[in-house]
Amino acid sequence: MVPESYYLALSAVLFSIGVVGVIIRRNPLVIFMSIELMLNAANLAFVAFGHRLGSNDGQAVVFFVMAVAAAEVAVGLAIIVAIFRLRRRLSVDDLSLMRW
Amino acid sequence: MELAAFTLIALIALGSALGLILKRNAIHGALFLVVNLGSVAALYLTLGAEFLAAAQVIVYAGAIMVLFVFAIMVLIPGKEETGPDPRRPLRWVALPAGALLLAQVLVILVGTRGPTPVGSPAPGGVEAIGRLLFTDYLFPFELTSVLLLAAMVGVLLLARRRT
Repeated sequence: MVPESYYLALSAVLFSIGVVGVIIRRNPLVIFMSIELMLNAANLAFVAFGHRLGSNDGQAVVFFVMAVAAAEVAVGLAIIVAIFRLRRRLSVDDLSLMRW
Repeated sequence: MELAAFTLIALIALGSALGLILKRNAIHGALFLVVNLGSVAALYLTLGAEFLAAAQVIVYAGAIMVLFVFAIMVLIPGKEETGPDPRRPLRWVALPAGALLLAQVLVILVGTRGPTPVGSPAPGGVEAIGRLLFTDYLFPFELTSVLLLAAMVGVLLLARRRT
């Protein structure tokens, strides 16, 4: 039986890798994928805690996180496509102006 | 035996996560992310969450990553992040910042005792999850349908060509 704290440690490491990815990358698509990585790390922590507590509530929460992540990815990719149409290049450093 | 399986899956997850943030090509990053999502699904299986493992593969690896790969194919011709990085020295700040965050999260998640562990696992399975979703979590469950509908309409509005 693997103790739950191992899962929690793995989820912490994955989350930190996602944060570093968000900081060091310039491509908004890769930044988005790093955010997905962070969401997954949080999901893993949810499931591990639910397993420790012997309840299924953690899994229900993860289900909702997945639904929200799907909606978030769709909207975010649409925004990126709209920005690309406008500017013809893709780097977050260019996007300092919050104007259409 | 279980520990060996966990270690193997965890190493795959860590390696693919590092590949995602270190590879320059976004398509390689997307494929690494697929591997990472698959290994997390395997971890769900070892935790006794079969429904989530299936949902992870279907929703993330099946739907979301297809969307990502599609967007990468549409948006990036060949390679990306070309040209010198004007803020290269600043980005090294990410390493100590990430290490600090990792230390904090580890102390919080693993260090604290938290609620007392229950010896027996929950009577799991898909049936228990479904029962939970349609009783205790019925209202949030219905709200997700509104959320997905709103996201769909919003995407249509954003992706429409301005004439």
